[in-house]
Amino acid sequence: MDQFAVKVFVRLRPSVLDPAGEATKSASIKLGAKGIKSLRVGKMIEVKIEGNGENEVREKIDLLCDRLFANTVIEDYEYSLEKL
Amino acid sequence: MDNFTVGVVVFPGSNCDRDVSWALEGCLDIRTKYLWHESSDLSDLDAIVLPGGFSYGDYLRCGAIARFSPLINALDDFVKSGRRVLGICNGFQILTESGFLPGALTANKNLNFICDDVELDIVSSKGGWFNDGGEKQTIKLPIAHGEGRYHCDSDTLKKLVDNELIALRYKNNPNGSSFDIAGITNEKGNVLGLMPHPERACDETIGGTDGLFTLKSLILK
Repeated sequence: MDQFAVKVFVRLRPSVLDPAGEATKSASIKLGAKGIKSLRVGKMIEVKIEGNGENEVREKIDLLCDRLFANTVIEDYEYSLEKL
Repeated sequence: MDNFTVGVVVFPGSNCDRDVSWALEGCLDIRTKYLWHESSDLSDLDAIVLPGGFSYGDYLRCGAIARFSPLINALDDFVKSGRRVLGICNGFQILTESGFLPGALTANKNLNFICDDVELDIVSSKGGWFNDGGEKQTIKLPIAHGEGRYHCDSDTLKKLVDNELIALRYKNNPNGSSFDIAGITNEKGNVLGLMPHPERACDETIGGTDGLFTLKSLILK
């Protein structure tokens, strides 16, 4: 069995309004940051997982992302995978 | 009718289960039974309410974890049997997360938790949840949510409109919902999800009785 460290990024789809991102952008500008064109807030989920090779682990992570980590009606996801 | 029993689901974090039970039992004389989320035997129930609250602490997304409870797994057959399911607030969020209703509920546009009475237009009489046969096309119900902004893509919205699945629309959209949507039904009409709380509008002394009809319609066939 191989062990992998997976980082999953879940983001609201570009077409979905992100009020938390807008509020954070507004606060960033109040802090004095200049030049911010857009700011959106997402989530990062870290998983350590075992499996027989990368392909099997990818299948497991795809299922988790599609069914649990992200709501694909409003969110997109991507992930990176590192063999430990 | 005497044995008609409505199951009121209790998740860890539900907080409107007792309100729903009070309204059904106390105001409408309809028998209720609390259902722990790990129950999967729904055979002796005639209708089910998924009440408001913060199931599983709203972790990950509102309703996302509740979707995997044994009870929600059993709900598919229950819905297919034609029996009625009413999802209020967090219950609505659970119904969208679990695919019984289309779309999703997202953070309110202004990020505020909104606790207010709102006026709602009754758009569709599908399922008979709001159709009292009278002239009242607008009702007033309380809302209390931080994540009630209904969102769906344009194809889904068209389907909702074309099939008369939009049950309620806000008169003055408080949270940025697409098309002012406050509640929708499935195609068959036996599943209703709505953000407003009908159970909090069942007695004049606490602000109105516009929620009575919706709860009473749980007994419709």
